[in-house]
Amino acid sequence: MAKMTLAQLKALRDETKKDIDRRDTEGKDVMIVVGMGTCGIAAGAKDAISSFIDEIKEHDLTNVTIKQTGCMGLCHSEPTVDVKAPGMPDTIYGNVTAELAKEIIVKHVIGKELISKHVLDRPASDIMKEQN
Amino acid sequence: MHYSLCDSILDLFQNSVEANSKTIIMDFFQNPKSLFVNIKDDGKGMDQKTLDRVQDPFYTDGIKHKHRKVGLGIPFLIQTTEMTNGYFSLKSEKGVGTELNISFNLEHWDTPPIGNIVDMLISAMSFDGDYEFIFNREDEQRNLNYTVTRSDLIDALGDLSQVTNMILLKEFIESQELDN
Repeated sequence: MAKMTLAQLKALRDETKKDIDRRDTEGKDVMIVVGMGTCGIAAGAKDAISSFIDEIKEHDLTNVTIKQTGCMGLCHSEPTVDVKAPGMPDTIYGNVTAELAKEIIVKHVIGKELISKHVLDRPASDIMKEQN
Repeated sequence: MHYSLCDSILDLFQNSVEANSKTIIMDFFQNPKSLFVNIKDDGKGMDQKTLDRVQDPFYTDGIKHKHRKVGLGIPFLIQTTEMTNGYFSLKSEKGVGTELNISFNLEHWDTPPIGNIVDMLISAMSFDGDYEFIFNREDEQRNLNYTVTRSDLIDALGDLSQVTNMILLKEFIESQELDN
């Protein structure tokens, strides 16, 4: 494999986009939010993101966004990941290793099944938006 | 301290993003003996008092987490460089920006491994926000030399938080890391 140029990258992107546009993905968007504070990074959040990308590629999913955020206030259970997928409750998972990241894609996103032992109930109180 | 140098660098880079920088420039130069990292931003900067305090692990700005009493990004860097005969300097001016200059000693037993540069870059390129990021990479031993710029990648790919684009971004950066 040779070094890719920006023009080649753009051509590859256009090709992929055509393929994606042919599919019906409306209302099927998945969002994965990964905590990337000092605590998340120290616990391996970077590895989790890399594993999510590889697994999403493996299953040819096209409608997933990965957002990075700072510390979610759950430093004791890092890396923490918030998963929003259609047909599933918004869920925060803790201790998300590269392996668990794969499991989240296969079971939670594709299989619509919670991975109960890694579910954290809610963000820590000091980062919750005030509820009226 | 962080498990790898790339983790530590990503942690420090994220400070620049959170400081609302418009442009962040990172030099990442290595030879068999040392890894030199320079991170320069034009974010909100710090006054001398804050600059002294960020080196204290029991200090944080209190904005992100009202009840927290720790901030470990810079203290982790101090720990790593101090225990391995490395070096760092931190300069900042309020309203102008911050510059961090680090030399990691790759010959010391206790220096963490460099880690995964590709994953670090994917993450650094795809934080939320409208910032420019210029990454200059050199590896003397491998005769490797390249620059990637976030705005070029966004021009080519679009939204970098879309995983289909991240997959291509990963392929692109992996190809830049190949030997010449």
